[in-house]
Formats: sequence, C-alpha cells, structure tokens
Amino acid sequence: MISSQGSRRDSGKEEIRVEGLTMAYGEKIIQKDLNFSIYSGDIFIIMGGSGCGKSTLLKHLIGLIRPYRGRIIFKGIDFWNVSQEKRLEMLRGCGVLYQSGALWSSMTLSENITLPITQFTGLSQKEAKDIASFKLKLVGLGGYENYYPSQISGGMRKRAALARAIALDPDVLFFDEPSAGLDPVSAKHLDDLILEIRESLGATIVMVSHELASILSIGNNSVFLDSETKTMLATGDPKRLLMESEDPKIIEFLTRGTGKRELRLV
Amino acid sequence: MGEKKGLRGKIEIIVSEDQECRIVFSGNWTIYFRHEEVFPKIKELISTKPIKRIQISQKGLSSWDSFFVSLIERILNFLDSKGIETEILDLPEGVKRLLELSKTDLGQKRKAVKREAFFERIGEASFSVFSSMASFQDFLGRVTIAVFNILSGKSRLRYSDFLLYTQNAGARALPIVSLVSFLVGLILAFVATVQLKLFGAQIFVADLVGIAMARDIGAMMCGIIMAGRTGATYAAQIGTMQVNEEIDALRTFGFDPIEFLVVPRLFALTLMMPLLCIYSDLLGIAGGAVVGAGFTDITLLQYITETKNAVPLTHFSIGIFKAFVYGIIVAIIGCRKGLTCGRSAASVGRVTTSAVVTSIVWIILSCALITYICYVYDI
Ligand SMILES: Nc1ncnc2c1ncn2[C@@H]1O[C@H](COP(=O)(O)OP(=O)(O)OP(=O)(O)O)[C@@H](O)[C@H]1O
Ligand SMILES: [Mg+2]
Repeated sequence: MISSQGSRRDSGKEEIRVEGLTMAYGEKIIQKDLNFSIYSGDIFIIMGGSGCGKSTLLKHLIGLIRPYRGRIIFKGIDFWNVSQEKRLEMLRGCGVLYQSGALWSSMTLSENITLPITQFTGLSQKEAKDIASFKLKLVGLGGYENYYPSQISGGMRKRAALARAIALDPDVLFFDEPSAGLDPVSAKHLDDLILEIRESLGATIVMVSHELASILSIGNNSVFLDSETKTMLATGDPKRLLMESEDPKIIEFLTRGTGKRELRLV
Repeated sequence: MGEKKGLRGKIEIIVSEDQECRIVFSGNWTIYFRHEEVFPKIKELISTKPIKRIQISQKGLSSWDSFFVSLIERILNFLDSKGIETEILDLPEGVKRLLELSKTDLGQKRKAVKREAFFERIGEASFSVFSSMASFQDFLGRVTIAVFNILSGKSRLRYSDFLLYTQNAGARALPIVSLVSFLVGLILAFVATVQLKLFGAQIFVADLVGIAMARDIGAMMCGIIMAGRTGATYAAQIGTMQVNEEIDALRTFGFDPIEFLVVPRLFALTLMMPLLCIYSDLLGIAGGAVVGAGFTDITLLQYITETKNAVPLTHFSIGIFKAFVYGIIVAIIGCRKGLTCGRSAASVGRVTTSAVVTSIVWIILSCALITYICYVYDI
C-alpha cells in the first residue's frame, strides 16, 4: 500500500483519523480495515467504483452510522464514545452535501438555509434571511429564495444544497459527488467554488468524486476503495498515486482505463 | 409466426454402446416452432439404462436461438446433477460461445439465490419480530424523553410546524368527520327505531344513539378516519424524507428527528382528537335526532331531553379518553412507520399502507381493552 505525504501535511493538524474501520449494513460487510487520516486544510477525495461504499464511508465519517468495528476520531474525540448531545454538537461544525441534495422539500430554499442558522445562533429571522440570500448568491442562485426544491433543476438543487452545507460556516465540509449531474462548465465552476470556500473559510473538505479532472486538479489527499477486496488500496495525494502507484486498479481508475499516466489538468 | 409442419424441433436419442449415448437435435429450435419434449425422453432414458456418458450433437439443425441455448444449458445442468458426464460434439459455434458466457455468471447466481431452508426462514422471521419489537420500544422511549424535554422546557417545540399540523389534523378533518358521524348516527337510529317500534319503545332510540356515540362510536370513527387520513400522511411524509436523505440532513445539522418531526405531529394529533371526538359525538346525536323526530312520533324536544337524561358526562369522558389514546396510537405508528421506510418509492407505499392497517388494528384492540376495564370497574 502506498502512502504519500505532502510537505504541507506536516504543518496541518489531524482532523479525522480512521482506525481499523469496518463498515457493514447488518451483517453485510461493505469495507474493512480502513486506516487513514485527514488533515486540516485538506481536500480529501474518496475514490472508488460505483457501489463500493463511498457514500457509506462518508456517513460513517459524520457519525450517522456506527462502525461495525474500529474507530473514527473526529478532532480528537471518538464519535461513539460521547453522549448523544455532544455528538449533535460536534456535527454542527460540519457541513454536508448529500449525493441527492437532500434539501427539505417542504421548505423554500431560503427556509432551508435559515432553519439551521436560527436554530443554532441567536440571529433574528431577518438577519438569517439575509445570510441565506447571500449564500444562495454565492452558488449562483440569487433570486431563487422563495422557490421550493421541487421547482428547480437537479443541478440547481445540488448548488442550493451546497449553500445549505455552508450555512453555518463549518470548518469541515463533506461533499458526496458534488458535480454529478452538472454540465462540464458548471462542474468546473463548482470546483472553483469549493477551492474558494476552502480558502475563505479555511475549511477541510472531504469529497466523494468520480470526476478525474477535479480529483487531480483540486484533491491533495485521497483514499481509494475497492469493491472486490472490500478494502482500501491506497491513500495519499491522487497526483502521486497516478504517477507512482503500481496497483493496476488504481492506474485504470486514474487514467480512465487508458493506462497512460499523464497529468492533464484542465 | 405459426407452426410449420415438418420443421419442428426434433431430437433423436441414439444409444451407441451400453453405457454411452448421443442426443441429436434436428429441425428448427426457436421459440416460434413447436418442439419435442426433451426432458421426459432423457429421464426415461436414464431411468431405464445405466448411462454414464451423453454426447450432444446436431444433424440438420436449421435454426436456433437463445431458447435453444437455455435448453441445452438446462440439460447439461440436469445431467450434471445426476452425475452423468456430458460432451458437446457438434453444435453451432454461437451456441457454444453463449453457453460459455452463461457459465461465467452461473457460479455467482447460484450463490446469490441460495434459498434458506424452511426452518431457517421461520427462525429468522421470529428473530426479526423480536428485534422490531425491541426497536419499537426504543422508539417509544425516545419519544417519551423528547416529550418530557419539551414539557419541562429543556427543548423548544417548533410552533410553526405544530400549528400547521394542528390545522391539518383539526379543521381540515372536519368535513369528513361531520359526514361520517352524522350518517352513522342516522343509521344507528334507523336500526334502533325499527326494532324498538315493535315494543312501542321508540323513545329509547335517543338513549341508544346517545350512549353508543358518546362512549364508543364517535371516538372510533374519528380514530379510523384519522388513521386513514393523518396517519397515512405522516408515514408518507416522513418516509419520503427518508428516501430523499432529508432525515440524514436533519441529523447532520444536529436536529433530533424525533423532536423535530415526531413530537409536533404527536402533540397536534393528541390535542385535536378529543376535540374531533366531541364534535363527532354531537353530530352523531344530531343524526339520531333527525330520525327520532322525523320518523317516529317523538318530538325533537322529547328526544333531546331523553338524550340529556340518558347520557351523563362519564360516557362522554370515556369517549374522549379513548379518542386521546387513539390519537397517540395513530401519530406514533404513522411516524414510526415513516422512520423505518427504506430508500425507495415502493417502500413509501408499503409503510403508508402498513401505518393505516397497524393503527386500525391497535385502535380496535385498545378499544376492547378500555371497554373491558370500564366493565370490570363498572364505569
Ligand atoms: N441502507 C442500506 N442498507 C443496506 N445496504 C446498503 C444501504 N445503503 C447502501 N447499501 C449497500 O452498500 C453498498 C455501498 O453503497 P454506497 O451507497 O456507499 O456506494 P457508493 O460507493 O456511494 O456508490 P455510488 O458511486 O454509486 O454512489 C452497496 O452495495 C449498497 O447495496
Ligand atoms: Mg454514493
């Protein structure tokens, strides 16, 4: 197994550490023996084929599913060793963008964003609304405040969900395939937005992605899951994995099956 | 395409040596042509002769399709299971390739569709009943804690949601409750009138309708209407949120789904049900009065006075208490079913149906229990 460490890494604080994690639904093991760390300021990519357990891993990292075996240390605390209240409090420091968007369908876009803001801050409804409008503008949805999720397109829902994920200025952000279902230009725009968010909020970003372009251009750390052996094949900078990995599955994935190792950044 | 005579698929079995034989296919072997029954012949063959080895070949096979390939595959599997060696001598290249292809995923399929034995399935089913009961208790416990947290002011009730649900479970339910209660009162009165007239005791129609509506039927009608109306809505709403990962999204923002989704609905319904029940009682009695005053020689005033005398407040309180219990049942079961919804649209339909059916069953059971307790304590 390759483990490459970037130089910046040494200065970055460890945000999340995964120790010997085995994930399962009931008795059905999805992935086993996962060990890796995510450092603050990382753009950490979770890679792997369809159905290998990427979304499942994401849900473990945010403490929605209890590990079958092993531990997840989030900012020095084991999620499952603390009380429910403490866990909920820890979650408030995270922003999550689900694969399906998961906007609350009975609320307008603006309400979707103001709900967590008014719930966890002392802000008034009016101030929260202003913040919501601002976040919607950030993702290019200014003017859509009073639309319901069912009234906008799939790509717009993704972006609105992104706006909700950054509602509370979280310091760790989790994205499940943010650019899936977006056209190449919007996808590129989203990548820029993600970089922008990391710069301005100083956030750590954990992202499930299939987009080679974004994996190689913005990712600086990653884990590669395999569905056959049900375990991780490698962790480290995806660019280094592309250049140095010996594993045929990783090479195939990162070169889109051509086997040609070249860094073509968009 | 119809059958063409003379071209139908045929097989011929040639027993060459004593333990070896050959099956020869000829004619058309596609789904459009009739063909000879293969398996009876083969079964007869292997039951009469101690065959060890069978060769499969063709002579004048004019056409074939994937039906033919699947047939060959079944024959090979069958012979394999009987411990008979097989060999494919002379089949079209395409057939051989498809057979090869089907073999690759055959192994996987066998593993996947491994059927559990009967007793194993019974065992698993009973375990799942126990574990679902345990998780239901866990759910009840968490709802109780959430309710106490809100009553003691530890956490806030979401008033906007609460009011919305109250409107839905209260005012919006009035038309259907009115219609059903009024008609049920009317029907009860009709049935009673016909019978009581025989004894010249029509005045007691007022007693019967009044007591029945107040003690049981009003609450029961409200319970069943609300199970079909509101319980189903709760299950479908929460189930859809489950499908869209909206509940996960709630949890990641640190909202407790029970406090956020279940408690406002529970409060709204348990508050509205007793009120609906009183309303239903009165409309049922009104329905009875229409029949009593209109179709017998009792006057409206007599009917009302009789009702007043016959139905003391205890009867109403029992009905109202029952309605309160039904409210809890419908809300809890609706929300619980919604939360256990899977990730598919089909599963939303399933939990909705199940919420209605389960609620009605529990309403009837609890009604029987409360009635029995009242009987024992002579209330
Ligand atoms: N709620 C669940 N219950 C049982 N099994 C599940 C559940 N959710 C997912 N699975 C199974 O877990 C495996 C991994 O699913 P997951 O959604 O994590 O895949 P993924 O890597 O995100 O795939 P994709 O790239 O298609 O989104 C799949 O085989 C799936 O069948
Ligand atoms: Mg996924």
